[in-house]
Amino acid sequence: MTTTAAALACTAAELLAVMGARALHDDSTVFAGVGTPLLASVLAQQRHAPRLTIVIEGGIIGPRIKPGRLPISTNEMRAAHRATMLPGITDTFLFAQRGFLDVGFIGGAQIDQFGNINTSTIGGDYWRPKIRLPGTGGANDIASLCREVIILTTHEKRRFVPRVDFVTSPGWRDGDGTRRGAGLLFGGVSRVITTLGILGFDPATKRMRLEATHPGVTRETVREHTGFPLLEIDDVAVTEPPTADELAMLRALDPERRFLR
Amino acid sequence: MRDGDHVAIGGCLYSRTPMALVREILRERRRGLTLSRNLMCYEGELFMAAGAVERVVTAWMGVGLPWGISRIVRHFVESGTVALEEWSHLAIGLRFRAAAMGVPFLPSLTMLGSDLMGVGGMKTIEDPYTGATVAAVPALFPDVALIHVHRADRFGNCQIDGYAHMDADIARAATTVLVTAEEIVPEEQTRAHPDRTVIPGVVVDALVHVPFGSFPHEAYGLYEADFDHFGDYTGAIEARGPSAVNGYLDRYVYGPPTFADYLDVFGGERLARQSRRARELTEPFAAFAERDA
Repeated sequence: MTTTAAALACTAAELLAVMGARALHDDSTVFAGVGTPLLASVLAQQRHAPRLTIVIEGGIIGPRIKPGRLPISTNEMRAAHRATMLPGITDTFLFAQRGFLDVGFIGGAQIDQFGNINTSTIGGDYWRPKIRLPGTGGANDIASLCREVIILTTHEKRRFVPRVDFVTSPGWRDGDGTRRGAGLLFGGVSRVITTLGILGFDPATKRMRLEATHPGVTRETVREHTGFPLLEIDDVAVTEPPTADELAMLRALDPERRFLR
Repeated sequence: MRDGDHVAIGGCLYSRTPMALVREILRERRRGLTLSRNLMCYEGELFMAAGAVERVVTAWMGVGLPWGISRIVRHFVESGTVALEEWSHLAIGLRFRAAAMGVPFLPSLTMLGSDLMGVGGMKTIEDPYTGATVAAVPALFPDVALIHVHRADRFGNCQIDGYAHMDADIARAATTVLVTAEEIVPEEQTRAHPDRTVIPGVVVDALVHVPFGSFPHEAYGLYEADFDHFGDYTGAIEARGPSAVNGYLDRYVYGPPTFADYLDVFGGERLARQSRRARELTEPFAAFAERDA
């Protein structure tokens, strides 16, 4: 997957940030974690969405991130730089529960064909897992409470599994209305932006499908790197490669390349 | 503090962590504790390595994104030595808020449809008005709350600058509330800006004046988190394995008898550098505060 990015003369993180930024609209709100999601959000703000309101789970609304001082966590001064409101963490999530957040960006260690995400445990049982991951952080709430969820991730077979070991953040759960049935009133995963292309979900079954590949990536390559049978739309598109302008803006935000590796 | 207490830690990750209080509890060699914190940083790892904690209630645990998955958490949780009870970030917040409000639970949409529901025993209820399914997030009443604030007067009225995290709810929720403050101010200063008070003195049991009381974690506007220190800490674990944390405990917790001695291990230059970096990031706020003064 890094070869794709290399062919486009950018890193995997840059590719994801550019594609993520393009998915955001002006006059909207985005719930963003640190790293690629925040880079995508700030790039969108600079490039085409100046009135995009960024919300960060540390209890921060409307920050203007200082170039070269990208936050490392969602709860620190860099994340709060020139914010318009610091409402506290619980209330920040309650804004989402009330429906004020248009888009949420999340990633994850494992993702399955219904867009469920695992960032908790792999293998073993919950209390004695084979691998203990850091946990949900804000991801469960972002996945449950934003009106639209976009997943940003590298595309690897070990990551794209038929069924996640543990559903930390619900996507479409088991398809067929099970997300709504569990009590989640709105939202759901709309897109999975990866280092190979852009995936969506079949409207009826909520199973993942290929909708676009990045330049130079074949549909076969995407399938080979996916651990479950991937549906495809009839006319799989090819994305526009990152432009020199987009990459220059990104690199100015992270000159030390702390996140753009 | 007693062995076996449920201790809620204020702040969030490496922001306004009540480090001076954490250090003292470790020095008292408490055992069998349950710790709760929305996002747990390496202070939780210190409790694990010290053998002080049995259960951690949190939404996330690690040092921070660039430092990767915590080897200490993996070591103690995968072996079954410490239970990591995971809730969503909002659920942790609502658990403290429900307790702060004096109600047994709060309805919410958080965690519905996820496997987190089965971890800490969250139950759903039927909305008596519409019949819809909602999560009943249970109140969490800690025995002890540890909180670090920017300023307090001698009656324990506390003010916090910048993000509030969950501290105001935690203080109301806990039975015993221990506070450290960067600055002790005259009562008249509280009365001049009562809208800034987030924890009233009536809920505070003890207050101690501890400048740099979160260091090397941050206090908004006063000092930035010392990322170099985090790198040294995780680097030692990378190099020597989990036992490196015991060395850290000796050097920073058991060794220095007072908090001033602890700060001396970092050195005044490091403290000054981190203070300068905080001012760079909060300059508009600082300028406003100066004009206001």
